[in-house]
Amino acid sequence: MKEKISELLARFEADLASGKSPDELRVAYLGKNGATAELMKELRNVPVDRKKEAGQMINGLKTKLEEEIGARARALEEEALQKAISSARRYNPTLPANNDLGSYHPITLVQREVEDVFASMGFTVEEYPEIVDDYHCFEALNIPKHHPARDMQDTYYLENGQLLKTHTSAAQNYIMKKYGAPLRAIFPSRCFRNEAIDACHENTFFQMEGMMIDRDISISNLIYFMKTMLSEVFGQDLRVRLRPGFFPFVEPGFELDISCLICGGEGCPSCKNSGWLELCPCGMIHPNVLTAGGIDPEEYTGFAFGLGLTRLAMMKYGVKDIRDFNAGSLRTLSQFKSR
Amino acid sequence: MFLSMNWIGDFVDLSGLDLKALIHRFTLSTAEVEDIIEYGRDTHGVIAAEIASIENHPNSKKLHLLKINTGKELIDCVCGAPNVRVGMHVAFAQAGGAVCGHAIGEATVAGYPSFGMCCSEAELGISADHSGLMELDESIPLGTDIKAVFDLEDTVFEVDNKSLTNRPDLWGHYGIAREFATLAGRELRPLPRLDTAQYASLPDVAISIEDPDLCYRYTGIKVENIKKNQSPVNMRIRLFYCGSRAINLLADLTNYVMMELGQPMHAFDLRRVDKIEVKRFAEPFTFRTLDGQDRQITPETLMICSGGTPVAVAGIMGGLDSEIEDDTDSLLLESANFNGVSVRKSSTKLGLRTDASMRYEKILDPEMTIAATERFLDLLCGIDPDVRVISSLTDVYVHRYETITLTIDKAYVDRYTGIDISSDAIEKTLLALGFTVARDGDSFTVTVPSFRATKDVTIKADLIEEITRIYGYDNFEIGTTRSPLRPVRAERTRSDEARTKDLLVSRFALHEVHSYIWSDRAKYREIGIEVEENVRLLNAQTPDHAVLRRSMIPTLLSFINENKGFSDEYGIFEIGRVVLGKNEDGTCRERKTLGLAFYSRASEEETLFFRARDAVSCVVTDILHVAPLYTFAETAHAWEHPANTYTVSVGDVKVGSLSVVHPAVAKEIDRKAAIVFAELDMDTFAEIGTAPLAYREISKYPAIDIDLCFTAPVASLSFEALVEEAKRAAGESLANVTVADTYGDSSITLRFTFSSNERTLTKAELQPTTDAIIEAYKPLGLAFKLA
Repeated sequence: MKEKISELLARFEADLASGKSPDELRVAYLGKNGATAELMKELRNVPVDRKKEAGQMINGLKTKLEEEIGARARALEEEALQKAISSARRYNPTLPANNDLGSYHPITLVQREVEDVFASMGFTVEEYPEIVDDYHCFEALNIPKHHPARDMQDTYYLENGQLLKTHTSAAQNYIMKKYGAPLRAIFPSRCFRNEAIDACHENTFFQMEGMMIDRDISISNLIYFMKTMLSEVFGQDLRVRLRPGFFPFVEPGFELDISCLICGGEGCPSCKNSGWLELCPCGMIHPNVLTAGGIDPEEYTGFAFGLGLTRLAMMKYGVKDIRDFNAGSLRTLSQFKSR
Repeated sequence: MFLSMNWIGDFVDLSGLDLKALIHRFTLSTAEVEDIIEYGRDTHGVIAAEIASIENHPNSKKLHLLKINTGKELIDCVCGAPNVRVGMHVAFAQAGGAVCGHAIGEATVAGYPSFGMCCSEAELGISADHSGLMELDESIPLGTDIKAVFDLEDTVFEVDNKSLTNRPDLWGHYGIAREFATLAGRELRPLPRLDTAQYASLPDVAISIEDPDLCYRYTGIKVENIKKNQSPVNMRIRLFYCGSRAINLLADLTNYVMMELGQPMHAFDLRRVDKIEVKRFAEPFTFRTLDGQDRQITPETLMICSGGTPVAVAGIMGGLDSEIEDDTDSLLLESANFNGVSVRKSSTKLGLRTDASMRYEKILDPEMTIAATERFLDLLCGIDPDVRVISSLTDVYVHRYETITLTIDKAYVDRYTGIDISSDAIEKTLLALGFTVARDGDSFTVTVPSFRATKDVTIKADLIEEITRIYGYDNFEIGTTRSPLRPVRAERTRSDEARTKDLLVSRFALHEVHSYIWSDRAKYREIGIEVEENVRLLNAQTPDHAVLRRSMIPTLLSFINENKGFSDEYGIFEIGRVVLGKNEDGTCRERKTLGLAFYSRASEEETLFFRARDAVSCVVTDILHVAPLYTFAETAHAWEHPANTYTVSVGDVKVGSLSVVHPAVAKEIDRKAAIVFAELDMDTFAEIGTAPLAYREISKYPAIDIDLCFTAPVASLSFEALVEEAKRAAGESLANVTVADTYGDSSITLRFTFSSNERTLTKAELQPTTDAIIEAYKPLGLAFKLA
């Protein structure tokens, strides 16, 4: 038996050296009809007193063969992995990327930022048609019949008596009636003014109006909210100042200036050395406007303001020509990938 | 409007105050000051002198060699002015001095030394007249610094007229002085006037107002024996610094009083106008205004007539024929109050906006007419003491404003302001601004002065403005409200819009554009599209833009046309409004609409079509949680392709359309490109409402796919209908249907996925189910065939 085992071992070493695969070796030596199985069959010819020893020898042989085949298999696997790694192609991530995203209109981006600020302070965002009637655009806003704002040169009138809204304030009455008091709302929209277009003037532009109505809303609150909200919108702590301004739908009415975004109020060419930028009209909602909206001005007060979103976008992105917004040139617009 | 601090100083003593700081406060409390201009401070060393002798310059025809007598010495001066004369008194800028910032030195002019300069008014900066030297009055002693005689120095500030639209009282220096007096806490002096009561017994001026709705008050007086015709220098300087120009004494005085009080006046030559009728004419006619223009007068325009002859356009401009001339020695002075709206309309119609009409538009205080007349006479008599008033001050006052009395208390002010302004401060402010105040503790009964009562101050809130602007908004303590916060939910249409934009930008790489709500005939024509008739604008800037758009697509196709060079493949979208004609009540049927357009030279039309289709499906599914259905449709617009136009719907509701561009439009844009577009009515989304998100438990057992092949008219099949039909025939076990393959237009292989929550299904047991599907498909034109 000993000789047979030695002989088998020698044969195995030869086969291993010759490069037979682990599978072939397993079949040939450890399979059902393999060499070790043959040896086991011969075990019955071994005398009883040596059977145990022979059996152990065969088992020892099997273990050794399994280890060797296993080692070979692992070596081959390792070799294959190394080969796969060494032969792998390397990629170049510095090649131009296909990062095709579309783009948002700059007004959309600015509008979203502003809306987020107001939404975080409890303002609902409202929508209203672009085509409105005389009542909502003027009458409900305390703009009397003969007011110059109603003249043909400012307002686009339609053949059916309606008009293209000249300001977002046209939604005030509707929103007051929809919610009643108390109320916090903003309402962005496209507006229209009949004027000749140049780099600074558009007949179609975006505004965003806001209103806050409750018991005891005061001028002090108005200044506080405008300062807080505009500081958020511009991402810096702004100073604001009010000057008297006349708008029929507010009383008192104000022009609100912010400290210059470029120089911070020191004075520079972009604020004409005044340190201030005129930003938005605002004021305490006129009692007649509250009354028209079904809100009792003796019980409630409120403030309203109008932000020029188009102007804000021009300031934010440094757009010099207002016509860029509606011209549809993708070379311009595709730059606004996201905020 | 330009405002002179010297002039304001006539009415309020501002001595010892920082004028710049005061002007800054005016910006914060009254109206924005746009500019501050300093006059005369860069002129010095200019004295009164006499031309002692004149010699012709040997080398020049224009120049003269002068000897100037300064009172102390004779100085050589080379002068080019044409009006030099021996004995003439002139303003002489000595060497070492300066005129409007230009240093005067010793110079050699064409070979002769010159030690100074004789000045014209333009050189001194006090008028535009550079025709010759300014001639000084001989009464000014030689050697006197002219700044001691003339008000060369002044601080003038400019206020944008627009910021004064609501303050008729601020259209003259006197009203502005009242603001400064209030801001500075100083007293406002009364206006110097000539009391006309003394003329009450003289004959009246014949004045008749035939149109009391348009003329509220007309005050007239006649003056004769006027000898002077040039205004004093200081008056001319003020007029010039404030943007006007001197003409002659009488015209200058009307302007001066207007700029002082805000009351326009008109001086008629009494030789041509000795009575007044204020009326309109039934028939249009031509009238020559004093600027020499012929103007068409229509029946709406109010005219001033004398004996039936029109002599002025009321409140706007006088007529050329009755103008004051150099030899005018008597006048009929008009000081009137006209309906502001009527003046504005007439002025717009005539295209003639004057200093007078601008003021009348603001709705002036009719109480001013007499004050203005008396101020005019005071000034005239001061300048020309020999003038004689030859009529009574005749006053026809047909429309009076009611006196406005308001009651407020401190609690109201506190509530509105959110701060504590004392009752004393409230009272003091209102009094300073000219209001009459009856105070009872913390309550006030306030009478609005006539100059604020024409439209400006009518309600309590108006008084809040008066009190707070003078208090100063910079002095406000600011604070948040006590209003409770409530949760807010975004309006449905707005959240839909935001989601749609995000999806189209990030998943489909589309670019958002904005355009106009009206059609653009010229641009549409470039791409072979005619504007569809729709609601029109009455006053479009060009007829090309007169029609509102019915669809976003033509504008988007125009943009596609204009952006061809941008990339060989791109898409754009806009969420905006279109108008689908009118509703039953005549109002516009405005719809919030999403328009999409895809352009490609890189992809086949089919690929592009499906990309557009996918975008539409994604938008609808994202918002409504339901996939849309597509059905072949007849074209609704000329730009749609008759073979490939589809209605997009959800359930029974049409939500939009999807189409390939019509070849006739395609060839105008780009023959080599594929163009596909879609339009969705975003308003219908809100109307339909979003289906709840559907959840189904996923089976633990493997699903089984069975492919069935059919001969079928593939192009005209509705896949949705196939899915519906299969679900009906197969029942619960059918989990999904997809298209495995198509072969041309004639056969289609569908893959049916079956699963059960209880066990693994076998092909054999599904045989009856698939047979049922095959049977159900027969009426749809699908014939089962072995693959």
